[in-house]
Amino acid sequence: MADVIKCATRDAYGAALKELGVRDDILVLDADLAKATKTITFKKEFPEKFIDCGIAESNMMGIAAGLATAGYTVFASSFAMFAAGRAFEQVRNSIAYPKLNVKIGATHAGISVGEDGASHQCCEDIALMRSIPGMVIINPADDVEAKAAVHAAAAHEGPVYMRFGRLAVPRVNSEDYKFELGKGVELKDGKDVTIVATGLMVGEALIAAETLKEEGIDARVINIHTIKPIDKDILVKAAKETGAIVTAEEHSIIGGLGSAVTEVLAEEYPVPVVRLGVNDTFGKSGPALELLKIFGLDAANIVEKAKKAVSLKK
Amino acid sequence: MEESKKLSLKKIAVDVRKGIIEGTFNAKSGHPGGSLSIADIMTYLYFSEMNVDPKNPDDENRDRLVLSKGHTAPALYAALAHKGFFDVELLKTLRKPDSMLQGHPSMRYTPGVDMSTGSLGQGISVACGMALAGKLKGKDYRVYVPLGDGEIEEGQVWEAAMFAGNRKLDNLCAIVDYNNLQIDGTLEEVNSPYPIKEKFESFGWNVVEICGHCFTQIEEAFEAAKACKGKPTCIVAKTVKGKGVSFMEDKCDWHGSAPNAEQYAIAMAELDEAAKSLEV
Repeated sequence: MADVIKCATRDAYGAALKELGVRDDILVLDADLAKATKTITFKKEFPEKFIDCGIAESNMMGIAAGLATAGYTVFASSFAMFAAGRAFEQVRNSIAYPKLNVKIGATHAGISVGEDGASHQCCEDIALMRSIPGMVIINPADDVEAKAAVHAAAAHEGPVYMRFGRLAVPRVNSEDYKFELGKGVELKDGKDVTIVATGLMVGEALIAAETLKEEGIDARVINIHTIKPIDKDILVKAAKETGAIVTAEEHSIIGGLGSAVTEVLAEEYPVPVVRLGVNDTFGKSGPALELLKIFGLDAANIVEKAKKAVSLKK
Repeated sequence: MEESKKLSLKKIAVDVRKGIIEGTFNAKSGHPGGSLSIADIMTYLYFSEMNVDPKNPDDENRDRLVLSKGHTAPALYAALAHKGFFDVELLKTLRKPDSMLQGHPSMRYTPGVDMSTGSLGQGISVACGMALAGKLKGKDYRVYVPLGDGEIEEGQVWEAAMFAGNRKLDNLCAIVDYNNLQIDGTLEEVNSPYPIKEKFESFGWNVVEICGHCFTQIEEAFEAAKACKGKPTCIVAKTVKGKGVSFMEDKCDWHGSAPNAEQYAIAMAELDEAAKSLEV
């Protein structure tokens, strides 16, 4: 495993913005976190198209909306906690309601923020953003997907919420990966159970599938990078063909991927769904990798949940 | 200001006020008090100050208005209708399910509405973004943003004020509709934002204080705003809530309640009388 490339999705965000900077209509906003969100990569190349709004995220979302009314494609960046949390209502009323072309780049999502602790470990952002009509939500699994997602967001007309991590995560996609907004990706076929994962849990899902194979369970693995609009077809197909589902996400089990998948299957093709996520609790300080284990966000727990899902099959 | 121009603006302002009463009466809800207090300023903006064309409402070079105090949409709609953006008769459809006139302004429903507003404090941030876009694109349009005096209790207003001052957005002009009343009482009784002038000045703004019902002073203030370079301008306009309808004047209770049939008749009769008094 030594040769697996590891990269944080926030780095890919900065790199993709730099590529987009050649476009006249692109502007990047930040709220005094350019070094952390990696918008600094863009700022260095295109300082005249970078606007630091200071520590005032609510105002930043309004500024982004105003710039978008004049034809700009605006990337507004902060930590997930502040972009989706503090500025929720500005995102809803000033960006989403008037359908303005603002892309929210939210980094430092989830428990893997690490040592900064619970105040900065946003595990509620997908739930918040999912409740806003018309909001597109992308939670990439690795740097390759993150970069592609930023380009897809720029090409999409309307508001998009992109969720990035601080932690360097193993690359699961090849360099020639083609990203399709709203389409789930089947990474491994299987017939006994389907692991539906998003973000950094996709890598863990692939490891879990290997372990399950050794134990005689043939698991399918699906990467859901676009949480809204969700790919219903790939989920219903998996439910029909494998009869049991496990969801895995670095987000609260309330309102995120697990909820989205459950909502689809409850109405379209009910099968057992077992959710793995942050179990309705706040995070805490510690090294990111240790925290992911402490909060059960790893392959070993996916394996356990998968066995439970299989046992629940009728 | 020439007397003929003043007379013409006064006549339009009466029409705007009648539109406010017509709308809120038919909707059986809405916010007449603050709509009437900003009516003269909205009249001046749309009929003297702003470069807007009802035939081309999305012209990229147009001046913009963000009604940050979005609950006073009836004043905006009445001004837009009389300017020709849509039929004046539509004012009667305010707040109805199939109407283009939402309870609070929506840019996706109504021609001439430059931004969706209603949640207080948010409009001024958007106006800053529009003004910054004008600077970045080298355009000479101006952005106007009416704020309620109660609205400036919102912290976001001061985030935006800081940004505009720091960025020297001299193409931005805020207007504080200073009627001293909010839902729960006078500003001092609720949570005083005073002193308004000094607060904006300390955020790097040029501030002009005027009577918000005197067209001569309104014109001078907007001219001063345009003449001021390197700073955004805030016009603190002393107004009377409910202005123009005697029983609504300076009364908190008319912030968010509509006239009934009897009150509607009295209000319209008063406004008809006001219009008649302007006939030469």
